Amino acid sequence: MRTSFIAKYPSVLVFLLALASFTIIVTILSEGFGIGVISTSFIKTLGKTLCLCLIAVAMDLVWGFAGILSLGHFAFFGLGGYMIGMWLMYERTRLIVTEALMQGQIPPTGSEVIDSIGSQIFGVVGSNEFPLIWTFADSLGLQLLLVVLVPGILALVFGWLAFRSRVTGVYLSILTQAMTLALALYLFQNDSGLRGNNGLSGLQNLPGVEAPQSIVSMWFFLASAMALGLGYSLAAWIVSGKFGSVLRGIRDNETRVRFLGYSVEGFKLAIFTLTACIAAIAGALYYPQAGIINPAEIVPIASIYLAVWVAIGGRGRLYGAVIGAGFVSLISTWFTGGKAPDIPLGFYTIKWVDWWLVLLGLSFVGVTLFAPKGIGGLFDLMKKRRARHEHTS
Amino acid sequence: MGSRLFLGGLITMLRTLFACLALMCWCQTGLAQELTVQEILQQNKKLVEKSSRKTIGPVIAQIAASNLSQAQVFLEAWGSKQVWQRRSDGLFFFGTEVAKRQYELTDPDSGEAVGEFTKKQLKQLKPNSGVRALIATALVQFQLFDPDPAKRAEALQTMERVPTAMHLAPLRLSIDNEQDADLKARKSRLERLLTISFDPDTATRVAAIQSFEGGLGVDVRATLNPLVVTSMNITSGDLPTDENIARVIKPGSEYLSMPAAYDLLVAGKLAPPATSAEDIRAALVAHIDGGQVAKISVAQLSDPEIRRQAYDRLAEQSLVPAFIGEEDIAKKLLGYRFYETFAETSVAVTDAAQAALSKIDLNVGMNQTLDLTLDAISLASIYFLAAIGLAITFGVMGVINMAHGEFIMMGAYTGYVVQQVIPNHTVSILVALPLAFAVTFAAGVVMERLVIRYLYNRPLETLLATFGISIALQQLAKNIFGTQARPLTAPGWLDGAWVMNDVVSISYIRIAIFILALIFLCVFLFIMKRTRLGLETRTVTQNPRMAASMGINPERVNMLTFGLGSGIAGVAGVAIGLFAKVTSEMGNDYIVQSFMTVVVGGVGNIWGALAGATMIGFLQKGIEWGYPSNTLAAQTYMIIFIIIFIQFKPRGIIALKGRAAGD
Amino acid sequence: MTFLKKTAASVLALSVMTGAAFAGDTIKVGVLHSLSGTMAISETTLKDTMLMLIEEQNAKGGLLGKQLEAVVVDPASDWPLFSEKARELISVHDVDVIFGNWTSVSRKSVLPVIEELNGLLFYPVQYEGEESSKNVFYTGAAPNQQAIPATDYFLEELGVEKFALLGTDYVYPRTTNNILKAYLQGKGVSDGDIFVNYTPFGHSDWSKIVADVVALGADGKKVGVISTINGDANIGFYKELAAAGISADDIPVVAFSVGEEELSGLDTSNLVGHLAAWNYFQSADTEVNEAFVAKWKETMGEERVTNDPMEAHYIGFNMWVNAATAADTTDVDAVRTAMYGQEFGNLTGGTAVMLPNHHLAKPVLIGEIQDDGQFDIISQTDEVAGDAWTDFLPESSVLKSDWKDLGCGMYNTTTQTCVQTLSNY
Repeated sequence: MRTSFIAKYPSVLVFLLALASFTIIVTILSEGFGIGVISTSFIKTLGKTLCLCLIAVAMDLVWGFAGILSLGHFAFFGLGGYMIGMWLMYERTRLIVTEALMQGQIPPTGSEVIDSIGSQIFGVVGSNEFPLIWTFADSLGLQLLLVVLVPGILALVFGWLAFRSRVTGVYLSILTQAMTLALALYLFQNDSGLRGNNGLSGLQNLPGVEAPQSIVSMWFFLASAMALGLGYSLAAWIVSGKFGSVLRGIRDNETRVRFLGYSVEGFKLAIFTLTACIAAIAGALYYPQAGIINPAEIVPIASIYLAVWVAIGGRGRLYGAVIGAGFVSLISTWFTGGKAPDIPLGFYTIKWVDWWLVLLGLSFVGVTLFAPKGIGGLFDLMKKRRARHEHTS
Repeated sequence: MGSRLFLGGLITMLRTLFACLALMCWCQTGLAQELTVQEILQQNKKLVEKSSRKTIGPVIAQIAASNLSQAQVFLEAWGSKQVWQRRSDGLFFFGTEVAKRQYELTDPDSGEAVGEFTKKQLKQLKPNSGVRALIATALVQFQLFDPDPAKRAEALQTMERVPTAMHLAPLRLSIDNEQDADLKARKSRLERLLTISFDPDTATRVAAIQSFEGGLGVDVRATLNPLVVTSMNITSGDLPTDENIARVIKPGSEYLSMPAAYDLLVAGKLAPPATSAEDIRAALVAHIDGGQVAKISVAQLSDPEIRRQAYDRLAEQSLVPAFIGEEDIAKKLLGYRFYETFAETSVAVTDAAQAALSKIDLNVGMNQTLDLTLDAISLASIYFLAAIGLAITFGVMGVINMAHGEFIMMGAYTGYVVQQVIPNHTVSILVALPLAFAVTFAAGVVMERLVIRYLYNRPLETLLATFGISIALQQLAKNIFGTQARPLTAPGWLDGAWVMNDVVSISYIRIAIFILALIFLCVFLFIMKRTRLGLETRTVTQNPRMAASMGINPERVNMLTFGLGSGIAGVAGVAIGLFAKVTSEMGNDYIVQSFMTVVVGGVGNIWGALAGATMIGFLQKGIEWGYPSNTLAAQTYMIIFIIIFIQFKPRGIIALKGRAAGD
Repeated sequence: MTFLKKTAASVLALSVMTGAAFAGDTIKVGVLHSLSGTMAISETTLKDTMLMLIEEQNAKGGLLGKQLEAVVVDPASDWPLFSEKARELISVHDVDVIFGNWTSVSRKSVLPVIEELNGLLFYPVQYEGEESSKNVFYTGAAPNQQAIPATDYFLEELGVEKFALLGTDYVYPRTTNNILKAYLQGKGVSDGDIFVNYTPFGHSDWSKIVADVVALGADGKKVGVISTINGDANIGFYKELAAAGISADDIPVVAFSVGEEELSGLDTSNLVGHLAAWNYFQSADTEVNEAFVAKWKETMGEERVTNDPMEAHYIGFNMWVNAATAADTTDVDAVRTAMYGQEFGNLTGGTAVMLPNHHLAKPVLIGEIQDDGQFDIISQTDEVAGDAWTDFLPESSVLKSDWKDLGCGMYNTTTQTCVQTLSNY
C-alpha cells in the first residue's frame, strides 16, 4: 500500500526532501540552534508560513480535489488556536498567580487560586469568573484533544446539515462564509468567554519554560515543519487511493458519482471534517508563534485569502497549495515590512505600503484569467516541454 | 422606625433650591435695588469667572430680581456666550466680533460702545450647559410675557426642560392672554403637568393626572413616574399606618433575595455583617502566632474547612466575632418586615398615577412595536437597496461579484466628490445620483469586458477574480481619498425626523431610502418585464445559445445587464453614504449581508431579494429587541438563523420552479 | 513645495531599509502604526506626526550629535502582526525606541515582545488603564484623566441623574464603563439608572439605540450619554442623533473617542453643544499650539486637523529626546531612569510631568462641539496625575505602580508585596 501510493505520487518524496533540506538549512542559519544569520523574528515568520502551508494543503484537499470551495476553513484554524491558547494562558497565569499568593502569610485555598487566575485573565473584559468553556483549560492533554475535537465537531455538524440538504457550489461557499462570520461575531462579544476582541495573548511564552524565544521559536519551527510533512503525506496518501478517486469524481460530476451508488454526502462530509481537523492542528501550531489570537483572525476575508493562495499556487496539486501559501504570505511580509524600496517617478513616489494591496488584488485577476492552473501550472509546462523535447529527439 | 431613604429626584431638589432662591431674592431686592448689572457681577467676580451650576445660582437670581431693564438683555447675552471680560480691569462687556480676533465691546448697563479690543486682551465667559439652563430658567419670568412669540416659546421650552414650582403661578396667569393658538395649547398642557407635580390641592392634581390617561409623551411619564417612586423600609414591628405604603416584600422572593435583604439590615445597623471567606482570611492572618493560628499550623490553612475550624476556635476565644452564615441570616430575617413606601404622601395621587401609568404603559408598548416595525422596514430597505444590484448580477446572471461592495463605495465617493464641486446639497445630491450610476455603470461594463466574460463557465473563479478587484479598489480608494471618513451631507430638507409621537418616529433620510428602494424595485420590474433589454436578459440567462440564434447578441446583453446591476449599487452607495459613513471599507459592511439577502430570498427573482431583505431586517430588529444591550449578539444569532434556514429551504424563500430553476 | 518636502522626508524616512551603511551614524526611531486596514484611519495621522517631529528635531541638529532616522513599518491593523513587527523593529532594525499602537489589543500584542527584548514603547492614546509595563510610557489619558472628570462634569455641572453608557464592544469601553459604573454607584446612582449598550465596530444602524436613550427620560430624570463609541461608527451615531432632533440641552453626549479628526467626516451644525473630553483640543489658545497647528497644516495640507493623540506623541517624543540628552545615551534602561520627572510644556499650556508609574500628569479639557467641527473649551482642570490602577474597582484600588522606587508595576499596598513585574497580556 505504502509503496503503491508513493509510486502513484512520486512528488511526495521530492517534497519531503525539499522540506527536510529547507528545515536543516534554516536550523543551521538560525539564532537559536545555529550560526545566527536568520533572526528569531524571521524564524517565527517562517514557522508561521509552514503552518499556513499546512492549512493550504487542507484547503487544496477540500477544494482542489473534492470541489468544495469552503470559505470558512480559517474558522477551524482559529478554533484550534483558541483551544491551545486557553491552556497556554491558563497555565502561565496559574504559575504567576500561585507564586504571588504563596508570598502571602497563609497558603491560598484552591478557590482563591482559581479566583485570582480568573481575575487576571478576564480582568480586561471586566469579569473574573471562568466561563464553562474553560472547564478543561487546566489540562494540557484534554485541551490538545479539544484542538481537534471542537473544530472537528463543528465541521461535522455544519457539513452534515449543508450536504444533507444538497447545498452546493457557490451557495455552499456563501454559507461557509456566513459560518465563519457568525463565529467571528460571536467571539467578538465580550460575553463569549474568550476575552472578546482582545482574544488570548502572550501565547509565545510557554508556561514553565525558561528557554529564550530564539530556542522556543525553533521548537515551533521544527514542529511546524514536521506537521507539514505529515499532513502533506497524509493528503497525498488520501488522494492517491480509491477515496481520492471518488473525491475527484464528485468534483467533476457529482450526479454521476451518486448514480454509481456512492454516498456522495458521506465522502464530502468525511473530507470536510478531516480537513477541518488538519486546519485546527495548523492553527494550534500557528498561534503560539504569532503570540496572540483574536476574532479578527477568522473574519471571512482570511478564508478568502486562503482560497486565493491555493488558486495562485495551483489547485488540484498539493505542492501548488504549499507554493501558493508560502509565496504569497512571505512576499506580503516583505512588502508590509517596509523593506521594499520605493520607486520615485519624479511627480509621484510609489510607496509599496500603499500599492502592494492593489498589486496583490490585480494579480488574483491575472492568475485566474491567464494562469488558471497557478504557479504549479509552470511545472506542467516544463514537464510537457521536456516530454516534447524527448519525443522530438 | 426604619431608615427612610429619600429618592425625590430632580424635582424635589430643584423645588428646595428655588424656594431658597426665591427667599434670597426677596431679601436682596431690598438691598440691591441701586446696583447695576456690572456692580452685581463685580461683587461676585470669582463666581462669575469660574461659573459652575452649583454656585452661580444666587448671582443669576440677583440679576433677574434686580428690576433693572437691562437684566433680560444681559442674561440672554450671557447665555449665548456673548459676554467678555476685559483682562486689564476685570470688567464685563458685551462683545461682538468685528474682524478676525478683534472684538467691539459695549457696556452692559448703558449699552454704549467702549471700543475695540483684540482677543488677547479679553476673556470670554463660557457658561456651560448647566449654567445656561439656570440662566434660561431665570429668563422665564421675562420671556413668558414677551410680545415676541419666539421668546415665549423659548420660555416654554425652558419650563418643559426644567419644571419648577415657582413657574406654576405665572404660567397660569399667562394662559388667558395668549394669542398664539399653538403656544396656548402648549401652555395649558404644561400647566397641567406642573399642576401634577406642584399643586398643593390633591383633587386638582388627580384631575390633572386623569386628563393625561393614555398619553404617550415622555414628559407625561417623566411627571408621573417620580410620583410612584418608592423607597425600601424595614420594621421589626407592625407596619406604620401614617405612611403611603406601596407593597410589602418577603425576603427570598424574586424582588429581594435573602443576602440582599440581610445587607439592608446591615446597612441599617440592625445586624452584624455576614462573615465572608475574605473576612475569615483576614481574621486568620491577624491572629498568626508563631506559625500557628489557634493551634492549627499555617501550612494546613489552604483547606477552607480547616480555615473555618480555626476561625471558630478564634471565635470561641472571643478574638473574632462569631461566624454568621446562611442559617443565621435566615433566622435573623424572620424578625423583620420589609416594605416599600411612596415618597408621595397622598394615596389618591399615587393611585391615580399608577392607574394612569398602567394605561400609558400599554399604549407605549403598542407604539414601541410600531416603532420597531418602522425600524425593521427601514433596515430591510437598506439591505434591499444594497442587495438589489447583486440580485441582478448574482441573481439573474449568476455572477459572484465580490466587488459589489466596492461599487457601493464608488457611488458614495462620487457623491462626496460632487459635493466638493457643487456646494448646494440639494443640487449636488440630484447630480450625484445619476452620476454615481454612470460611474459605476461604466466600471461594471469595464469589469465585465475585461474579466468576467472570460469566466462565465467558472463561477468559483469569478469569485476569486472579483475579490482581487475588490481589495485593489479598496486600496486605490484609500490612496486617492485617504483613510479618513469623508462627509456626505444630506440636504437640509432631509434633516430631522417624522415624529408621530414621543415613541414613534423615523428620520426623513430613512424614509427617503425606503422610497428610493421602492423606486428601484419598480425600475427593476419595468426593465425586466417591459423593455427589450429585460426580455433579452431573461432569454440570455435561460439559454444563451438559443438566444444567440434568435439574433440576440448575448455578449452585449451580459455587458449591459452587469452594468445595470453595478450602476444600481452605485446609487445605493450615495443613499447609504448619506445616512452612515463614507470610507474605503464601507463595502465590507454590506457584501456578506447582501449575498445572504439574495440567497435567503431566492436567486433569480427580485421578489426573492425583497423577501430576503424583509426577513433579515425584521429578524435583526426582533433579536435586537430581545437583547437590548448587545447588538453584536443580535447579528450573530441572525446569521446562525440564516444558516439553519438555508438548510431547510436551500433555494430560498421564493424559489424558482420548473425549468428556469436550472440546477 | 510642500509636496516636494513631504516626499523628500518620506524618502529619507523610508530609505533606512536599503541604507544599512548609515546604521552607525543615526539613531533609529521605530514607528509602529497601521498604515492599512481598519485602524489606518486614525493611525496614519500619528505616523505623519512622528515623521514631522523627527524632521523638526533633525533640523535642530538631531540628538546626541547624530541624526534621527524613522523606521516605519506597517502592521496593517492585524494584531498578531503588531508583535511580529515589534520584534523586527527591535531585533532586526535595532531601534532605540518605538512610538506606536492605537488599540488596546495591539498594545497587549506588543507587550510580551517588548518586555522580553527590553524595548521602549511610547503609547499615545487614551486607554482603559489596569496595566503598567516597565517598558511602556503611556502618554495618553488613563481613565482618571478623561472618563472620571467628564463624569464629574455630568454629575455636578449638568445635573445628570441617569446615564447611558454606549460603547463599541471591545476592551477600552468595557473596562471604562466598568470603572464608571463602580464610580457612579459610589456617587449614589442606582443600578437601574445606568443603561449600558455595546455595538460592533463600524456599526451604522443606530435608530433603535437612539430611541432607547430617549425613552430613558420617561422617569423624569435628566439623561446623559457617555460615549466610548469608536472610530467611524460615530458618524452614523451622530447623524441619527441629529436626525432625532436631540439637542445637547435635552440629552448631552460626552464622547471619549471623538476628536477633531472624527468630526472632519461630519456636518456638525446639528451637534453643536455635545461634548468631548480630552487632554488637548486644536482650539487651545496658546502660542505653542498655534505654531504646532500651523506647522502641521503646512506639512499636511490646510484642511487637516490636530488631535489629542498627536499631542501625546509630541510630548512623548520631546520627553524622550530630553531624557536621552540627560542620560547622554539612548540605552533603554538609562533613558527610562532619566524619564522620571521629565517635564515638558503641554500644547494647552502648563507642564506635563512624567510620573514613576509611566503616566503623565496632564490637564483635562472638556469641549463643546461647534459648527465648524472644532471644540469650544469650556472647562480645563489643573494637571491630573495619571493612575495606572483605578481607585474605583475593589481589586485594583489596592494596587499601585512605581517603577522608580519600588521597581514594580503591580504593587499591592495592603500586603506590601509586588504582585508581578511582568504585565498581564
